[in-house]
Amino acid sequence: MTPGPEHGPSPAIWPLGFAVGIAVALVGLIVNPEWVATIGAAIAIVFGFLWARGATSEMRRSVPTVTAEVREATPAEVAAAPPATVGEAAMPPPEPGEKFPRSRFLEGATLGLGAVIGGIVTVPVAGFALLPSFLGQKGHKVDLGPVDAYPVGKWFIATFMVDPSEGEVSRRTAFVRNNGPVPPKNAPSFTIISNRCAHLGCPVQANGPSGAILGEKNVTEHTTNGSILLRPVVPAGFGCPCHGGQYDTEGNRTAGPPVRALDRYGFDIVNGHLVLLSTFSVSHVVGTGGQAKIYKYKLAGPGEHVDGPEQWFYPLNPPHH
Amino acid sequence: MAITRTPSKAQVRREQVIAAVNYPLDWLEERSGLVGATRYFLFRKVPSDTNWMQTLGSAALTAFIVQAVTGVILAMYYKPSPHDAYPSIQNITDHVTMGWLVRGMHKWGASVFIILMFLHMGRVFLFGAYKYPRELNWIIGVLILVLGLTEGFTGYLLPWDQTAYWASVVGINLNGTAPFLGPWLSQFLRGGQEISGDTLSRFYSLHMLVLPGGIIALITLHLYLVIRLGVTSPPWSREAAGDEVVEEPSTLRTGLTRAAPHGTGGSR
Repeated sequence: MTPGPEHGPSPAIWPLGFAVGIAVALVGLIVNPEWVATIGAAIAIVFGFLWARGATSEMRRSVPTVTAEVREATPAEVAAAPPATVGEAAMPPPEPGEKFPRSRFLEGATLGLGAVIGGIVTVPVAGFALLPSFLGQKGHKVDLGPVDAYPVGKWFIATFMVDPSEGEVSRRTAFVRNNGPVPPKNAPSFTIISNRCAHLGCPVQANGPSGAILGEKNVTEHTTNGSILLRPVVPAGFGCPCHGGQYDTEGNRTAGPPVRALDRYGFDIVNGHLVLLSTFSVSHVVGTGGQAKIYKYKLAGPGEHVDGPEQWFYPLNPPHH
Repeated sequence: MAITRTPSKAQVRREQVIAAVNYPLDWLEERSGLVGATRYFLFRKVPSDTNWMQTLGSAALTAFIVQAVTGVILAMYYKPSPHDAYPSIQNITDHVTMGWLVRGMHKWGASVFIILMFLHMGRVFLFGAYKYPRELNWIIGVLILVLGLTEGFTGYLLPWDQTAYWASVVGINLNGTAPFLGPWLSQFLRGGQEISGDTLSRFYSLHMLVLPGGIIALITLHLYLVIRLGVTSPPWSREAAGDEVVEEPSTLRTGLTRAAPHGTGGSR
């Protein structure tokens, strides 16, 4: 072996010095960018250069001319190699019984750890994706203005925002009629029908003249829920423009595909104001106005049966109001 | 007498160009095998009597690629929030250069994609190409169709106009009427009990990330199986029926088969 070119200190020092230089530069950026960082950078550059030079010295050296080594083949080499079936096996046969338990263990450990990591990652992600749709679903109370705005026996189409902070997308419509006090206790009675069709949720319209045609003015009430528009209307019933579902003025289905009566809003009178509570579903209504017997159910989605054998298809509803 | 010929200048240049093209290809091939794989994919042997109807699958693939490319560009200008969605659509249509064209391609291309998938499905059915050993590919194709239709459903809400809103109300409530899990599914799709800004952004996420990812994965599987199992002959194929191996000399028979127009000569 010919002696190589002059060596400096061991080449292993160069990357170390480079790392120290980087570290000094980084610390210097915080402590004293002007001087310490510059010195660190300089150290890094010098050692980096030496490191690169050391690493590439093999490649940069001129290649010495080497003559190929030649020797005569031995007689054994000249003879043909023995066939594979002859002679001893290169590997001893595996012992019976135990078979690679260590590799089995590693295989299981890899898959098991992978599953654990996968689970740890999946659980919060799945929770994040799925749960918010079902948790914290709260009902809204909507102030529909003073009770005096609703003369007894008259229908109004009330449009309002359930959640003004959410904007137009939360706008809803309800058909409101003041039934007047109901004996024997003279409790106030309102019929408040949701305009969500019980077929697939399209907006139900009042069948009948409203507003200007009646010669009556629309009323706007300003409440804590923003402005509430009240349009007087004389409905013969309610109809859905999407698939032709028809209802009478109590919300009973009279024709078309809906599976039950229209939903209704609960209400309360607070400080002389009509306040909408959450909605509930209705299978059918017997009688009218204050005397009506309403067959109430928990709020169900459009198209869901609430009575009869078909209700068995919807045993568990997600939490909503 | 030996003929010695010096190559002309044009020949030399030609060889240089070939070498220049081959060098990077060889470099890539040596390290990845991709050139061979591409060749294997593109230059497969197919039956000699394949039919124009058998291009419907790649036509549907092309339609999907158009949807993917135009969709990516639309996503650069679309804003999935209740306040901005509709104005951003108007901006794309009226102000962004060629926006009307890209949006139009995406909108109409959606229908083209669905129609081509159905036509392709009809071809596969009528050719009997769903039979053994290709049943699995039929199933994958049906899944692609379902994901494609779901793409249509989720994309329909994004313009956030009245049509979009009420179509989604009806569509989601339709899902809600499915027995047992329906109400849960519809509430998940809405992201709550009512349609809101959350619904818009989750439909956007499904429309541009989840569903296209699923479709791309399934198309990859679909193509893998097409390559592995090969292309079917049409049902009237004499070649597939093995008509060549009858008593007549095969050369004559082959000539006759080639001369017969597709689908007319009943070989049975």
